[in-house]
Amino acid sequence: MADWPLLSMLVWLPIVGGVALLFMGNASHQAIRMTALVISVAMLLLSLPLWTQFDSQTAAMQFVELMPWISSLNANYHLGVDGISMPLILLTTFITVLVVGAAWEVIKEKPAQYMAAFLILEGIMIGTFAALDAILFYIFFEAMLVPMFIIIGIWGGPNRVYATIKFFLYTFFGSVFMLISLIYLYTQTGGFDIATYHDAPLTYRAQFWIFLSFLIAFGVKVPMWPVHTWLPDAHVEAPTGGSVILAAIMLKIGGYGFLRFALPITPDAAAALDWLVILMSLVAVVYIGFVALVQKDMKKLIAYSSISHMGFVTLGFFLMWSIMENTGSLSGVRMGLEGGMVQMISHGFISGAMFLCVGVMYDRMHSRMIADYGGVVNSMPIFAAFMVFFSMSNAGLPGTSGFVGEFMVILASFKANFWFAFLAATTLIVGAAYTLWMVKRVLFGEVANDNVAALTDINRREFIILGSLALAVLALGLYPAPLLEVMHASIDNLVNHITQSKLPG
Amino acid sequence: MSLHSILLAIPLASLAGAILAGFFGRRLGEVGSHTVTILGVAISFLLSAYVFKLFAIDGHEIYNASVYTWMISDGIRFEVGFLVDNLTAMMMVVVTFVSLMVHLYTIGYMHGDPGYQRFFAYISLFTFSMLMLVMANNFMQLFFGWEAVGLVSYLLIGFWWKKPTAVFANMKAFLVNRVGDFGFLLGIAAVMMYTNSLDYAEVFAAAPGLTDKTMSILPGSEWSVLTVACICLFIGAMGKSAQFPLHVWLPDSMEGPTPISALIHAATMVTAGIFMVARMSPLFELTTTALSFVLVIGAITAFFMGLIGMVQNDIKRVVAYSTLSQLGYMTVALGASAYSAAVFHLMTHAFFKALLFLAAGSVIIAMHHEQDMRKMGGLKKYMPITYWTSLVGSLALIGFPFFSGFFSKDSIIAAVGYSNTAGASFAHILVLAGVFITAFYSFRMFFLVFHGEERMDDHTKEHLHESPWVVTVPLIALAIPSVLAGFLMDPIVVGDFFKGVITVLPEHDSLAEVRGHASHGALAFVMHGFATPVVYLALGGVAAAWFIYMRRPDIADWFADKFSFVHKLLMNKYYLDDFNQTAFAGGATKLGGLFSKYGDTKFIDGLVVNGSAGLVGLTAGIVRKIQRGFLYEYAFAMIFGLIALIGWFVLRV
Repeated sequence: MADWPLLSMLVWLPIVGGVALLFMGNASHQAIRMTALVISVAMLLLSLPLWTQFDSQTAAMQFVELMPWISSLNANYHLGVDGISMPLILLTTFITVLVVGAAWEVIKEKPAQYMAAFLILEGIMIGTFAALDAILFYIFFEAMLVPMFIIIGIWGGPNRVYATIKFFLYTFFGSVFMLISLIYLYTQTGGFDIATYHDAPLTYRAQFWIFLSFLIAFGVKVPMWPVHTWLPDAHVEAPTGGSVILAAIMLKIGGYGFLRFALPITPDAAAALDWLVILMSLVAVVYIGFVALVQKDMKKLIAYSSISHMGFVTLGFFLMWSIMENTGSLSGVRMGLEGGMVQMISHGFISGAMFLCVGVMYDRMHSRMIADYGGVVNSMPIFAAFMVFFSMSNAGLPGTSGFVGEFMVILASFKANFWFAFLAATTLIVGAAYTLWMVKRVLFGEVANDNVAALTDINRREFIILGSLALAVLALGLYPAPLLEVMHASIDNLVNHITQSKLPG
Repeated sequence: MSLHSILLAIPLASLAGAILAGFFGRRLGEVGSHTVTILGVAISFLLSAYVFKLFAIDGHEIYNASVYTWMISDGIRFEVGFLVDNLTAMMMVVVTFVSLMVHLYTIGYMHGDPGYQRFFAYISLFTFSMLMLVMANNFMQLFFGWEAVGLVSYLLIGFWWKKPTAVFANMKAFLVNRVGDFGFLLGIAAVMMYTNSLDYAEVFAAAPGLTDKTMSILPGSEWSVLTVACICLFIGAMGKSAQFPLHVWLPDSMEGPTPISALIHAATMVTAGIFMVARMSPLFELTTTALSFVLVIGAITAFFMGLIGMVQNDIKRVVAYSTLSQLGYMTVALGASAYSAAVFHLMTHAFFKALLFLAAGSVIIAMHHEQDMRKMGGLKKYMPITYWTSLVGSLALIGFPFFSGFFSKDSIIAAVGYSNTAGASFAHILVLAGVFITAFYSFRMFFLVFHGEERMDDHTKEHLHESPWVVTVPLIALAIPSVLAGFLMDPIVVGDFFKGVITVLPEHDSLAEVRGHASHGALAFVMHGFATPVVYLALGGVAAAWFIYMRRPDIADWFADKFSFVHKLLMNKYYLDDFNQTAFAGGATKLGGLFSKYGDTKFIDGLVVNGSAGLVGLTAGIVRKIQRGFLYEYAFAMIFGLIALIGWFVLRV
């Protein structure tokens, strides 16, 4: 197995499979979705060796593939994973299976194209996480927009055109600046190797601008306040699968970018501008929490909740300097970084599950409005049990994955500054408030109307999808040790990198 | 079987019952479900009793071991593990015993409810969570159990989800508890920051070294780290143990079925805060500021919540306010460093308050789910067992001599009297006055329900009868310790039951005098009680209740009329609910609305995003106008440009 180009297979199998599906446009729906399911399950199985054969003792890249690509630019086809990207790739293959399953009978229009878009997107996202060459990364990063653009644009809601254009322009706007930075780094190092960038000395002035460009590119992706407003619109218009992929995986690419690019390439600028990121993160946690409280549309509410939860990710990533200033030691720095990582994985499960829950109801009622529901538990008791469970995880209940990352980040931020922890911890109250208030209005009470009374409980397919997410949420909540173990070496290495100044000296 | 496996089996037996009844309830049926859960809890109880014997009687050394490593981050191990000593062992027995009684009782109380199996699954899950909480050997697991019992409480208050009041109450309970947990989590973070550990033993060992450490929260003011940490932790206790002003959720929690009011909202979960502070005594002892804070909050709760209990007409709400008030007593004891008295009262209270709730439930069944005491009366002859056990519970609650509550409450009052912690004299007055109030509302309820004229309608009257054995057996089983548990005062408060478990600095030892009086036996302690106002206050309260509600009911009306301001204030619970509803719930939604409308929609999206799109459109519109494809326009522009260029060259020179 070790000799196989595993990562290449993970990138190209779904892309080739997706293209093949496009040619199956006239086949029966059953054949199409079975093909898609087989490919996605094969992908999940294929990605498992990444974890089982992963060496958690080293921070070095593993499963590396290196081939010359564009020799004139010194750009290489260079793939590999470490403890930061590996869990994210597994998350991708896991969620994609669920998304294919969730579309089963629901997508009646152009199912081949729908499935193809998601499979191609899967390959591109894995490519983004595995790319070790900046141009390769950039191409995957941009290519990701196309399938998502199509998914929202074709299978989306009534206002999909506004949402897709907003989504596209926002993210594209961000990444253009990143491209300029990458070109600058090319002129400085003569290549596109990300690892070389990590070691390249850079003047503060250069770092400053590069950092800002990364902040814009990845900040839009996360999304961070105040560049977050594309997300609620995109979610509202996207079909369920689109929302799930968007929330569960695509947002993580923003967080991943900070770890892979912004922090190690421009540590001195990050040190100088950490206050900005912390400020943006805390505003996301608090301000967005209040905004979520008043949403009338369930998908919007969950979208805002996503932004608020992603605030913990960026907060955890940028605590380092205030911790060192406040305590004079590095103790707590790793916890912040690892907490952010755990939060990303956990948010992948929980936000995915929450959007799937809304999807289950939407498929039956064709409404996302809270006011159209009420007393759903009476007609859908099993579904209601799942939704209460996921809502509780969204509110960060211990024993679920939602608790782990927030807990670690709050512990770490207390070391940085009492008020950071204070503001971050308000999510305990506000997060519970917006989630449970929605639960109360949607699930509980007397049956609100005839449509709710006519609801049928989830079928076996939906049960398996929600059930497997529930198991993942519980497993990570009750025993996060294995996930943390694969990250330690990479995070240690990252911390070493960031703490060393790169100013030419 | 090794001790470790026995300890592991105790919570897991309950969990297994919960899982079976929860996931396979439909297949197991009603009988199957209650059998597996009762079996699970019975195993938990028997093993807990064994563990109690092992530790409390045979003197087994303190057991502290990890079950598994939850995670390691930054070199810090987060463990799930057990710390078992006399305090834990006692809590385990109390929790599993009351839980077992409530399980039995539920067979009768919930008979025929469509959610029968679900209910059993929840209460077994609760037992598991509560056991994990009390058996924890570290702060993280404590927080796990802490929030898990909160979750079950949420599920059970909203058990009848069709009732709008129930689903409002469960959300309120969860959110108010979250306010407490917010503080609790910050407290844990503070502990973590300064000791780099969450393990009790390590933290307690490191605590004395922190007495001089300060942190600055507001610029220019230095706060003792321990004070900040302890007050934050105590805020958690204020939520869970319903202390003013976070008590507001507990009365509303009565919307849930009565068995859980007994189990969760009286006997066990709400005492978690008390347990936690007692467990943390090595920390709290080092900060008198935090102790004063605890003392004052407890005294306020004990007195002012009792006052509200005097005007309630719903039988369960009277018991609920009495619970609040008694939790206040326990908190006062903690503040006065009388931890053992607090825990002792926790135990006696668990028995007699569970008894009172279950008795109230028995009355409610007989009354066809009528809870208004104004429609009861004269139930004594219909329900003799409920009557006598209620009398036992009430006497224990008011601290009648020789009943369990007398010993525990009297120790607390005496300890507060001797305490020199700031605020103790204020607290002493309030807890003394509270004795009269407790006796008054308890017997007001007792007389209104069981004596006097029968005010129910004829239909209800025809069907009045004593409850079935599954209801009365737990009543009797709880009545026994409600009387006898007081005699455990000798080891618990006087003896060295908590030696090595609870830390009390010599200068805080407010129980020293109490030990002196009690060392000559229970009788001597009771005789001493007659030398203090406590016994007379209690008897006075009973007499006043009898006179007003049995002889001269017009006095109550006269009072409500004459002092309508006070009456209204109490009926409206000091307007705290209204305040919270307007200020916090209303304020938060208003703020969210403002943020959403002006921040997101108008500013970011309206001005910046769509504004820049609009700007591009506008520019494009203008630029488009000058490129219309007319040749003469371009020619004119070229000439104009040429002239301008030449002009610029010329002028530059």
